[in-house]
Amino acid sequence: MAAGQQWVLVEMVQAFYEAPAYHLILEGILILCIIRLLFFSKTYKPHETYKLTEKEKEDLIEEWQPEPLVPPVSKDHPSLNYDVVTGPPSHKIIINGKECTNFASFNFLGLLDSERVKEKALASLKKYGVGTCGPRGFYGTFDVHLELESRLANFMKTEEAIIYSYGFATIASAIPAYSKRGDIIFVDDAACFSIQKGLQASRSFIKYFKHNDMEDLERLLKEQELEDQKNPRKARVTRKFIVVEGLYINTADVCPLPELVRLKYKYKVRIFLEESMSFGVLGEHGKGVTEHFGVNIDDIDLISANMENAVASIGGFCCGRSFVIDHQRLSGQGYCFSASLPPMLAAAAIEALNIMEEDPEIFSVLKRRCRQVHQALQGIPGLKLVGVPFSPALHLQLERSSGCRSSDLQLLRSIVDHCLDRQVALTVARYLDKEERFLPPPSIRVVVTVEQTDEDIQKAVSCISEAASIFLR
Amino acid sequence: MGVVFLRARAVTLLGGRQIRLPLISFRTSRLTLYKPRTLIFVKFRVASQSVKMTESSASKLLNGEACQRALRAKNAGKNGFVKNHCVFEHPRKYRRPAEKNQNATSNSSLYKKPFSESFEETPLLVAVLTYMGYGILTIFGYFRDFLRHWNIEKCHIAHEREQQKDFVPLYQDFENFYTRNLYMRIRDNWNRPICSVPGAKVDLVERVTHNYNWTFEHTGKVVKDVINMGSYNYLGFAENTGACAGAAIETTHTYGVGVASTRCEIGNLDIHEELEQLVARFLGVESSMAFGMGFATNSMNIPALTGKVRNLIPFLFLFCFRFLSVEEFWNSACYSLKEKQLFLQRIIYKKKKGCLILSDELNHASLVLGARLSGSTIRVFKHNNMQSLEKLLRDAIAHGQPRTHRPWKKILIVVEGIYSMEGSIVRLPEVVALKKRYKAYLYLDEAHSIGALGPNGRGVVDYFGLDPKDVDIMMGTFTKSFGAAGGYIGGRKELIDYLRCHSHSALYATSMSPPVAQQIISSMKIIMGEDGSTLGADRLRQLSENTTYFRRKLREMGFIIYGNDDSPVVPLMLYMPAKIGAFGREMLKRNIGTVVVGFPATPIIESRARFCVSAAHTREMLDTALEAISEVGDLLQLKYSRRGRPLSSLGWSSEESLLQD
Repeated sequence: MAAGQQWVLVEMVQAFYEAPAYHLILEGILILCIIRLLFFSKTYKPHETYKLTEKEKEDLIEEWQPEPLVPPVSKDHPSLNYDVVTGPPSHKIIINGKECTNFASFNFLGLLDSERVKEKALASLKKYGVGTCGPRGFYGTFDVHLELESRLANFMKTEEAIIYSYGFATIASAIPAYSKRGDIIFVDDAACFSIQKGLQASRSFIKYFKHNDMEDLERLLKEQELEDQKNPRKARVTRKFIVVEGLYINTADVCPLPELVRLKYKYKVRIFLEESMSFGVLGEHGKGVTEHFGVNIDDIDLISANMENAVASIGGFCCGRSFVIDHQRLSGQGYCFSASLPPMLAAAAIEALNIMEEDPEIFSVLKRRCRQVHQALQGIPGLKLVGVPFSPALHLQLERSSGCRSSDLQLLRSIVDHCLDRQVALTVARYLDKEERFLPPPSIRVVVTVEQTDEDIQKAVSCISEAASIFLR
Repeated sequence: MGVVFLRARAVTLLGGRQIRLPLISFRTSRLTLYKPRTLIFVKFRVASQSVKMTESSASKLLNGEACQRALRAKNAGKNGFVKNHCVFEHPRKYRRPAEKNQNATSNSSLYKKPFSESFEETPLLVAVLTYMGYGILTIFGYFRDFLRHWNIEKCHIAHEREQQKDFVPLYQDFENFYTRNLYMRIRDNWNRPICSVPGAKVDLVERVTHNYNWTFEHTGKVVKDVINMGSYNYLGFAENTGACAGAAIETTHTYGVGVASTRCEIGNLDIHEELEQLVARFLGVESSMAFGMGFATNSMNIPALTGKVRNLIPFLFLFCFRFLSVEEFWNSACYSLKEKQLFLQRIIYKKKKGCLILSDELNHASLVLGARLSGSTIRVFKHNNMQSLEKLLRDAIAHGQPRTHRPWKKILIVVEGIYSMEGSIVRLPEVVALKKRYKAYLYLDEAHSIGALGPNGRGVVDYFGLDPKDVDIMMGTFTKSFGAAGGYIGGRKELIDYLRCHSHSALYATSMSPPVAQQIISSMKIIMGEDGSTLGADRLRQLSENTTYFRRKLREMGFIIYGNDDSPVVPLMLYMPAKIGAFGREMLKRNIGTVVVGFPATPIIESRARFCVSAAHTREMLDTALEAISEVGDLLQLKYSRRGRPLSSLGWSSEESLLQD
C-alpha cells in the first residue's frame, strides 16, 4: 500500500518534469487566479455600487416626509364615542344616564354583583392589597393563584390548569407556545380575534376551513396527508393542530366536537379548544362543550377559556394534561412576561367556581332562559336571529342588507338606541373591519343571563320588534 | 477555545492596548477562518483613529460622521476599545461586545445633570470559566438524558398519552434540553409562592422538594418577614391598608370586580374615564387610554399604529378556489356594487404598508411581539447606543425600503425608560434629538420608570426635564409603581382617538377591573400630591435616597453593578450558572428574597441577580440586605469588580461624571 502510494508520487514528480512549459505556466496562472478569487476579491456588496455621498444622504433626509403617525379619525366614527356606564355593569345598568336592563354584558350567571363573590374579593384585598408587583416567576405567585389553578383543574377534571392575567392573552399566548414556524394549524374561519392574533404570533402555516364544515376540514386534512406522504421526513417534525371555539362568539354556533375528535385520531392532529363563551354555560355542570357533547376531556389537548364572562372576574386559564400545560410556564409569553393576576380577582374567580359547583341548577336555568329568548326573537320582521338555541350570546343580523356596511351599522345602531331609550341595553357587536380575517356581518348582540325575568325578556323583545318595524321597512 | 485564542492574538497584535472583541458575534456569525484576521486588522485602524478623536470635539452626534467612527475610548491608555460595525449590519438579539462601557456619549450638552451609567466589562477569566461551566452542564445534561433514555435514571417528566404516542411529538427533544438539565436544577429560585402583601417584607410559603426540584411540596409552614428585594414595588403602593386600599374596598362594594364587556361595547365605566383623564394630567399629555394588561398594551397597540394592510390577492384566490363559486364569495364579502368596486381597488392598489420599527435590542418581549404582530419591518439597534440608532435612521431614510427603495411611510423608534434587566436609563434627550432631526416617531415604554424616576415621579421625561409632547407615544404600566395592574398609552388627542377606534384591546378585550382602576387613581393622586399630603413626595424622595445608598454600598463592596446610578433596578453580576442557584438560595437562607436571572432572559454569560429598591424599604432593611449580600458575595466570590474602590469621601461617582459640562 505504502509502496503503491510512493509510486504514484514518483510518477507525479516525473510528469511535472515531462510537462511542457506552456502547460506549467497555464497551471500557474490558474492557481494564481484561484488565490486571487479566494483572498483578494472584494465581497459582493450591492450597496457599494451606488454608494451615496454624505451630501446626497443629507438631501434625502431633508426631503423625506413621513406620513402622520395615525390617520385622522372622523368625528362620527362608530367606535370613537363610547357609551358611558355609571356604576356597576350588572343586571340593572346605567348607560349614558339611563337605567336599563342589561342585555349586553357577558355576565351569564349574574355573578358580577354577587355579594358572596364581592366578600371573598374584599377579604383577599384586605390580605394582599391590589397589585402583585411582579410576574409569576419573581414573587408574583400568590397562594391564591395556586389554589385557583388546582380548583380549575379539579373543576374541569384535568391534570393541570394555568392562569393568565388577561382573557385575551390566554389563547393568543397558548397557540404560539406550541406551534412554531413550519407547523400547520387548521382553523375555523369564524374563529375569534384572539385566536387570530395567536395564529399570527405563531408564524405557522395557517389553513382555514369553512365554519363548522367538517367535510371541508377533512378535505384539507386529506390534502395534508398526501403532502406528508410525499415528504415523510418533513412530516415527522411538522406538528398539526386544529383550533376551534366551543361556542363561537362571532356566530353563536357550537362546534361539532365529536366529529372533530374523530378526525383528530384519524389524521393525528391535536385539538385546541377555546371555550370563553361556553365555559360556565354549556353542560350539566357548566364544564363547557366537552360536557355538552359527552366527549372525554382528555381527548382535547388544550382547553382555554377566559374568566371574564360567566365567572365575572378578570383573566383566563388553560387546562389539560400536565404534559401539555406545563410547557406554558416557561413558553407562554403572556404568562412569563406579564404581571400576575391581582389576587382579589383570583379569589373572586374561586368563589365563582364555588357557586357554580354548589348549585349546578344555575346552568339549566340559563339554558331555559336561552331557549326562551331564542324562541321569542324568532320571526322579527327584517331581523335574522343567528345562533343555536342554547347559546347565551346571540346575534341579530339584518335580513336584507342595505348595501354598505356602514349604513347597515347605522341602522342597527338606531335600533339599539331606540331600545336604550326604552330601558333595554343592547349593543352592536364591534369588530376591527380591516384586521379581521373574515369579517362577520354587522349584528346586534343579545346576551342572555340568569337574572333576566320573563317580563324583562318580553319587554326587550317587544322593544326590538318595535324598533325593527320603525327602522326596517 | 478558538475564540480565546483569537482574543489573545488580538491583544498581542495591538501592542498591549486591550481590545475586546465581540465574543458572541464570532461564535454566531458565519465567518470563515481567514476573516477574523482581516477583521482584527480593520479594528486596529479604527481603534487608533478613535483614540485620536477622543480629544476632538465629541459633540457631533447629530453629524453623520459620528456614526462612522467608533465610540470614543474613555481611558485610552488602559481601556481603549473598539466597536465593530459589522455587528450593525446583522443585528441579532444578544450580540453585544463584551466591552459594554457605554459612558462614552458624545452629546453631553443635552443633559442637565450627570448621566452616569456603567457596564463594567466581564473579566476574561470569568468569561472563560462561565463558558466552561455551561460546557460541563451540557455534557452532564447529555449524559443524564442518555441515562433517562435507558431508564437508568428515573424520569419525572410528564409523558404523552398512550393514545397519542404516534402523533408528531409536541416538543422536539432539544427544545426542552435546557429546561430539563439546567433550569430544573435551580428551579426553586423562581415562582416562590408568597402569602402576604408583596411589600417591603413578604411571607413565603415554605416548600420542599424530594426529587431535585421536579415537584414541590408545601410544608404548610410560612417563612415570615423575608425582606423583599424582588417585587417591582418602587413606591411602596403594594399595601393592604391606607388610603389606596380603602378606596379600592369602597369601589369593590359598589362595582364588583368584573366588567364582562369590552370598552367599545358596554364596558366603559365612568371610573375608566376618570382614570384616563387623570393619567393624561399626570403625564402632561392631551389624552390617554388605559388597558387591562401591561403586556397586551404593547403587543396589541403597536400593530394598530404601524400595521400593514393585509395583502388581499392570495386571499381572493384562496376563496375563489375554495368556495363553490366566485359569485357566492362576492355575496358573502361585499354588499353592493360600490363595495365590490372598492374591494377590487383595494386588491389592486393596496400594497404592503412600509413602516419601519427601530427597536432597542434589549426591548421587552411584549414590544418585540407587538412589533412582530404589526408586520412592519423591524431593525434592531444596539442597547442604548445612539450611534447605532443614528446609523440605522440615516440608512433607512437614504436607502428606503428594501428592494423597491420606496421611501418608508413612517419610522417608529421603540425604547424603554428603564431596562428591567440592565438597570439602564434610555438616553432620552439624544433619542428625542435624533427623532426630531430624522422625523421619526418615538414610542417610549415606561413600564419600570413611571413613578420611579424624576423629581415628580413622572418617568424619564420628568427625569431629564423634557417636554412630554416630544414623545409621540407614552406607554407605561400600572403594575409596578402604582401597585395595581394594566397599562396606558398617552399622547396627542388624534393618537388616542385613533386608538379608541382601532386598538385591539378596546374592541376585543374585557376592560379593566374597577377596584384596580381605583387603586391607580388613588395612588396617582398621592404621587401628584392631590390628596393634600406630602406622602407622595416623601416616597419619591425615599426611593431616590434608597437607590443611591444601595447602589453606592454595593459598588463599594466590589460587586459589578450594571446600569444607571439613578435607576432603582439594580443588577448584580453573577456570571456563572452555578452561582445563580447558589446566590438565590443563600440569600433566602438569610431571609432575603431576591430575583436571579439566567440565560434566556440575559446573554448567556451574563447571569445576574436583580434587586428592586423600594420606597418602602427602611435604611435598616437595606443594611440587613447589604450585609447579607456582602456575606454571600464573599462566600461565592462575587466581588469581581476591578475598579479602584474610590474613597467614599471623594465621591464614588467622580470617575464617571465626566459627562458633566
